[in-house]
Amino acid sequence: MSEQQNTKSKMVGKQSLMFQNPPIILASASIAGKKESEGPLGTLFDEIEEDPLLGKKTWEEAESELMRKAALKVLEKAGLASRDIRYLIGGDLLGQLIATSFGIGELEIPLLGIYGACSTMGEAMTLGSILVEGGFADRILAITSSHFAGAEKQFRTPLDYGNQRPYSASWTVTGSGAVIIADSSFAPKGNEAQIIIKGVTIGKIVDYGLKDSMNMGAAMAPAAFETIKQNFEDFGVDPSYYDKIITGDLGYVGKQILIDLLKEKNFDISANHMDCGIEIFDQDNQDTHAGGSGCGCSAITFSSYILKQLREGTWKRVLFMPTGALLSQVSFNEGNSVPGIAHAVIVERR
Amino acid sequence: MEKGVGKIMANQKQGTASQVVREQDKQKRDQAYNKYVKQKTPTFSTAKNTIKAFFIGGIICTMGQAFIAYYKYMGASEDTAKAYNTVTLVFLSILLTGLGIYQKLAKFGGAGTLVPITGFANSVAAPAVEYKKEGQVFGIGCKIFTIAGPVILYGIFLSWLLGLIYYILKQLKVA
Amino acid sequence: MDYIKAFLVGGAICAVVQILLDKTKLLPGRVMVILVCTGALLGAVGIYEPFAKWAGAGAGVPLTGFGNVLFKGVKEAVDKEGFIGIFKGGFTSSAVGISSALIFAYIASWFFGPKMKS
Repeated sequence: MSEQQNTKSKMVGKQSLMFQNPPIILASASIAGKKESEGPLGTLFDEIEEDPLLGKKTWEEAESELMRKAALKVLEKAGLASRDIRYLIGGDLLGQLIATSFGIGELEIPLLGIYGACSTMGEAMTLGSILVEGGFADRILAITSSHFAGAEKQFRTPLDYGNQRPYSASWTVTGSGAVIIADSSFAPKGNEAQIIIKGVTIGKIVDYGLKDSMNMGAAMAPAAFETIKQNFEDFGVDPSYYDKIITGDLGYVGKQILIDLLKEKNFDISANHMDCGIEIFDQDNQDTHAGGSGCGCSAITFSSYILKQLREGTWKRVLFMPTGALLSQVSFNEGNSVPGIAHAVIVERR
Repeated sequence: MEKGVGKIMANQKQGTASQVVREQDKQKRDQAYNKYVKQKTPTFSTAKNTIKAFFIGGIICTMGQAFIAYYKYMGASEDTAKAYNTVTLVFLSILLTGLGIYQKLAKFGGAGTLVPITGFANSVAAPAVEYKKEGQVFGIGCKIFTIAGPVILYGIFLSWLLGLIYYILKQLKVA
Repeated sequence: MDYIKAFLVGGAICAVVQILLDKTKLLPGRVMVILVCTGALLGAVGIYEPFAKWAGAGAGVPLTGFGNVLFKGVKEAVDKEGFIGIFKGGFTSSAVGISSALIFAYIASWFFGPKMKS
């Protein structure tokens, strides 16, 4: 088979890729904040940071510290040093990605900074697996983070401002999640099952004209709808192909909308849909309204809970699809709607 | 008759997932989606919130009444007493904001804390306390009015405009 | 009696605003602007002042009262000093409210830091 034929057959359908030599997930790490530790997944995170400032002077530095710790933790769990990682692909919610730049700079790993809002983990893992499977990297680190205070300050209001949050508002997760994706040749010897990335579906910007910055779930649901639909079409599968179809932070409101929209296309995902934003907090006891959000939400849920289920064999194949809202304060104030995007990664146990 | 019925039926079908998915025209689809989302998004139990706001707002205003009475008792004129009341309420609001208590009260009371001048004071204190990390000039200095600025701008502008109209009317009456 | 009026009127204004906040997509910042402007307008057409005299702090403490004070200040300045009063009256009458907020907020920044929500 010629090189050209090889490359051609990896492109599947309109927006997807199927890897012939699927990269493996070597290790994962999750660092979470206090509120997250008090949630349903609290015991699964690698480390909990009780101090919201993590001993630093500002919220932004605290988020950088979260990232740094997540990166170091995932290296430790993989038994690797930073020099073993060819590229680090990561991003965060802060302007100009300062949490990432100041967080992982000292690790001296070549950096590809990306912005996907809350879909960053999906985007990072997508790009990472493409680089590895294409032979452009042997091991990469995909990482992202978010911090409640930093996000609130940038996108909403200063923390001490006394306001009531509407029911549709979500709670930005304080946490950082990281995974190391490597070429399959790095799989440890032995009978242990490997977690592989079988394929990806790269999302388009989808904007159904919603202008409510306090209802992110509804703003992103169309993007999730279109990427999932495209994934089914490109790969020629239906919802039952996956044990779980996992969105990042659609929350309770967005979840319902997504299920409704897909039903119109004769895809019923109500049985196996899961949302990280819903799983990460206890709605009744933690007063988190629509659920968790932020880059960290999908990242730490994936790195802890989802991978655990895959490793233990509870699930065999999942579609991991974080969703992002690509607005800014300026775009919103200038009267624009909220464009959404969703990137899907097929993660399988083999 | 048939046209009317058709219109009613069309209105009923608007704002459903079905219409959103089937609509080819982007503008119409977006409109349908907005309507659909409104139906799907639950709102707070307004009754409970309204009662809480009524209660908290009432208490703050009663406190104001008490302060005014106290300052008058101490010998101040009506206007001076009101001024001292403003200072007192602003001070208390900012102190409670600094201590982290005001935010909890606001979560409970909603408009009850937003509407009185205490809401204004909190909206100046919150940025001051948050942005000090970005420096005295470019942090606090530039951003202290980030929430309250519009209140001052439009309050001053509107009263200026109304004053201008008043002035003109006065001139017309005299002339 | 004064206290009961203050409680009921103040509470009622807050209750109406709460309904506005819950039922519309209005953000708190916009609501504050609406309140001030409403107060100024009602003051200008001569409704708010008698209302404030009757209700006391129930009408004075809410931001609508602040708006009324702004117009009152401009009106009195125009009566006393003519045209230039239009430019003087607003800030003069609101001086106490704005100064105290600004000054105490700045001093607060010396002692307090932002608190993480839980």
